[in-house]
Amino acid sequence: MSASPQASVGTAAATSPLLEGRSLFCERDDRVLFSGLDFHLHGGEVMQVQGSNGSGKTTLLRILCGLNSNYEGELFWQGVPIDEDRESFLASLLYLGHRVGVNKILTARENLRWSCALHGPVSDVAIDEALASLGLAGYADIACRNMSAGQQQRVSLARLLISPARLWVLDEPFTTLDVRGVKALEHLLAQHAARGGAVLVTTHHALNVPCELRRLNLDTEGVRLDAASA
Amino acid sequence: MKQNALNILPDGQPVPVSTYTAFKATLRRDLLIALKRRNDLLNPLMFFLIVVSLFPLGVSSDPQELTRIAAGTVWVSALLASMLSLDNLYRADYEDGSLEQLLLSPQPLYFLVLAKNIGHWLVSGLPVVLLSPLLAYMLYLPGDAYWTLVFTLLLGTPVLSLFGSIGVALTVGLGSRGLILAVIVLPLTVPVLIIGAKAVADVSLGLPLAMHYSLLGALLALSLSLAPLASAAALKISVN
Repeated sequence: MSASPQASVGTAAATSPLLEGRSLFCERDDRVLFSGLDFHLHGGEVMQVQGSNGSGKTTLLRILCGLNSNYEGELFWQGVPIDEDRESFLASLLYLGHRVGVNKILTARENLRWSCALHGPVSDVAIDEALASLGLAGYADIACRNMSAGQQQRVSLARLLISPARLWVLDEPFTTLDVRGVKALEHLLAQHAARGGAVLVTTHHALNVPCELRRLNLDTEGVRLDAASA
Repeated sequence: MKQNALNILPDGQPVPVSTYTAFKATLRRDLLIALKRRNDLLNPLMFFLIVVSLFPLGVSSDPQELTRIAAGTVWVSALLASMLSLDNLYRADYEDGSLEQLLLSPQPLYFLVLAKNIGHWLVSGLPVVLLSPLLAYMLYLPGDAYWTLVFTLLLGTPVLSLFGSIGVALTVGLGSRGLILAVIVLPLTVPVLIIGAKAVADVSLGLPLAMHYSLLGALLALSLSLAPLASAAALKISVN
C-alpha cells in the first residue's frame, strides 16, 4: 500500500464527506421506515447499517444508489447533490445487491467481463487474478449454475478487486460465505478503507475489521450515529 | 489478496470507460447467452416455421388462395415469433440482479438498452428475415414479391424488437404478467404489420412501394431514437 494516495485522500476527507444524506424519509406500505435520517460517510470509513429484518436497510442502500426513488430528503456526493451529477457518482459507485448479479448460464469470467466493462476497462489477467484471490482459481470457465451459492457470491465479490470505484455499497455480502470467505472480505473492506475508499455495508454478522467502523442503526428511535472502533 | 488489482487512481477518481466498450460488452454478453441457450435461439424460429406451415393445412392448399394470404401470413407469424421471444430480453437479468448492475452503469442507458435490443433482433428477428423466402415459396408468393418481403421484414422486425422492449421493460417487475405484455406491445407494433403486409401485397398489383418503404423507414428511425429511452425509463420504474 503506497502512502501518497492515502495522504492526499486523507486531507480531502477531513474537509467534506464523500457521501452525505440529509433528513431522509422513507415510507413503505403506510409504515415509516426512517424519518429525519442524517448520515455522512468519509473516505477511509466503513459503515455498517444495522437493523432488524424489515427495518429498511436494503431500501436505504437502494435509495442511496438511485435504484429506489420513493423517498424524501437530499443526497450529496462530494458535496454536490447526486441528482445534479449522477454520472460521476455512478462512476465511483460499486453496488452489490443481495441478488448477486451473476448470470447462471455464463462462466465466471464472462460475467465479470461484462459487469466490469460497464464501469471500467478490464483485462482478462485482472479478472483471473481477482478470481484466484477469492479462491476460484480453477473456476473461471465454469458456468455459474454449476457453482454453489457461496461461489456465485465470490464471483460477484471479485468485482471489488477489479472495480476502480471509491464507494462500495454492499447488501448482505456475507450471507453465503464460509469462514475463510468472511475473513477475506473483511480484509478487503479494511484494505479499501485504508486506500481512502468508503464502504457502506449491511450485515447481521458481527463485523471484525481492523479499521474504523461506524454503525448506523435503523431501529434506534430518532436514528443516531455512534462511532466505535473495532 | 492481490494489492495491485485495486486500481483507484491517486486522486481517487476512477478510470474512465468509453460508452463503446460498455455497448460492445453488453451486446456480446447477450449474444453469448443466446448461443448458450439454444432453445431461446431456436424457439422463435421453430414457432415461425410451424405457424406458417399450418396455414396451407388449415385454410386451403389451393395455390391461388395461398398466394392471396402469403404476405399477411408471413408477417403475422413474424410478429408473433418476435413477441414470443421478448420475455428473454430482461427477465433473467431482472431475476439475477444483472439489471441493477446495468442501471448503475455510468454509461448512458440509451446505448446499453440499444445493445440489448440489437442483440434480441439478431437472435430473433434476423433468422426470421433469412428464413422468410423459403416460407414465401411454400405459400406460392409471386416471384417479384420475394425481395419486397425480405426488405420490409428487414426494416420492420427491428421495430418489433425496439417497441417490444418497452413493453417488457414495463412488465418485467410484475409477478404474473399474462396477456398484459401483448396488450401493451400490439398497439405499437400493429402499424408495422399493416404496412409490411400491405407492401408485399401491393407488389403483385404493380403499385408503387415508395410510400410503404418510407413509412417503415420512418418507424424504424422513430423507434431507434426514442424506444431505448422509453425502455430505460421503464426499467428504472420496474426495479424501483
